[in-house]
Amino acid sequence: MDIYRPASWSEALEVKRGAPESVPLAGGTDLMVDLNFGRARPQALLDLTRLAELAGWDRDNGRVRIGAGVTFTTLIAELAPELPGLAIASRTVGSPQIRNRATLGGNLGTASPAGDALPPLLAAGAEVEVASAARSRRIPLEDFFIAPKVTALEGGELIAAIVVPVADGPQQYSKIGTRNAMVIATVSFALALHPGRRRVGTGIGSAAPRPLRATEAEDFIGGVLAEHDLWSSGAPIPEPASARFGELVAAAAQPIDDVRGTVAYRRHALAVLARRTLAWAWSDYRSAA
Amino acid sequence: MSLEVNGVEHSAEVEPRQLLVYFLRENLALTGTNVGCDTTSCGACTVLMDGRSVKSCTVLTVQADGAEVQTIEGLADDGKMHPLQDAFHTEHGLQCGYCTPGMIMAALGLIQEGGDLTEKDIRLGLEGNLCRCTGYHNIVKAIQSAADEMRSPASA
Repeated sequence: MDIYRPASWSEALEVKRGAPESVPLAGGTDLMVDLNFGRARPQALLDLTRLAELAGWDRDNGRVRIGAGVTFTTLIAELAPELPGLAIASRTVGSPQIRNRATLGGNLGTASPAGDALPPLLAAGAEVEVASAARSRRIPLEDFFIAPKVTALEGGELIAAIVVPVADGPQQYSKIGTRNAMVIATVSFALALHPGRRRVGTGIGSAAPRPLRATEAEDFIGGVLAEHDLWSSGAPIPEPASARFGELVAAAAQPIDDVRGTVAYRRHALAVLARRTLAWAWSDYRSAA
Repeated sequence: MSLEVNGVEHSAEVEPRQLLVYFLRENLALTGTNVGCDTTSCGACTVLMDGRSVKSCTVLTVQADGAEVQTIEGLADDGKMHPLQDAFHTEHGLQCGYCTPGMIMAALGLIQEGGDLTEKDIRLGLEGNLCRCTGYHNIVKAIQSAADEMRSPASA
């Protein structure tokens, strides 16, 4: 096995062009476990941890551009005001040692349906900035995930950054697992209220071949909030409406039976998480109004 | 590549796939850092890298190029135990001792982050470290006691 250790982003892209089979390595919290278990035997690794270009974030024009190498520890410490849903989800990742190493770009590149950062980024309407030696492009996050561990990255491309609109309302994330720490989600759900656009964003994790939005549920609850002018009145959401929202979220999922949970459990739990996160976020919205 | 371990500079040629924990144990004979699971689950191999706790079974040695690494061997000062080591001793924070180096290094990372440390903060901060003997009770007590001592002006 070879390891490339580029010192700059442009050098990394050149390496990836010359050796498209090389596997990007950041915090290593996913990839190294596969290597240690002998499940992955890459010919070459491309170590991105030295690249200063990937390590920072900045805010511009209502959006936060987060370098792919930003760790979960940094997201929690620095970005909770701008991206509260992502910060909540980041706190549930692994343990301090994992959050010190694991990066946002790595969570996207691994493309596990259970990746904790992915539902809140979907709910917030994030885009992925990818680059090759030849060009750079942005992909809406919901088009980035193709299948378990398969992304829209083409040969020679690397993830440069994630661009996320700054939260314009309360955001929530909830996750079910077998214990509080070091756990892969059995099912997870993120919700973002967008009062400015009168919309509700959603993200489902660990209940389909890829993380996905529950668009029908988003349209439904957005319609309820508009119809009764709840955005202005701040009145409680009628119970039947939040129950229906939960059902629609559960219906959007395509779960499987596996070691972490059954189809029936996942659908049930998703409906509960959807109702809960909606109630929490709406309560935040009302108390802020 | 070269790195600093417990304040001593080391340069070495290493295999690309060598894990940091094996560099510490086999190249430097620092066997205080234990290997528990190889899967980032148990935390026995926790060391500090540039001041932050990491699991050295999932860091490649080459990724530590240029880093400052601190292991359990780097804590005692000229034969005098570090407050965390003392506290694990006096509070009986260990039984078999296998998890202890990782526990102490994770605790050191937690204490160095600053801020108040309640019992809940300590339990949350140790969520990446498994102990199969103690039930954690005395480990938490030991860390609380060491944190108090390390932060009191008298110990400065």
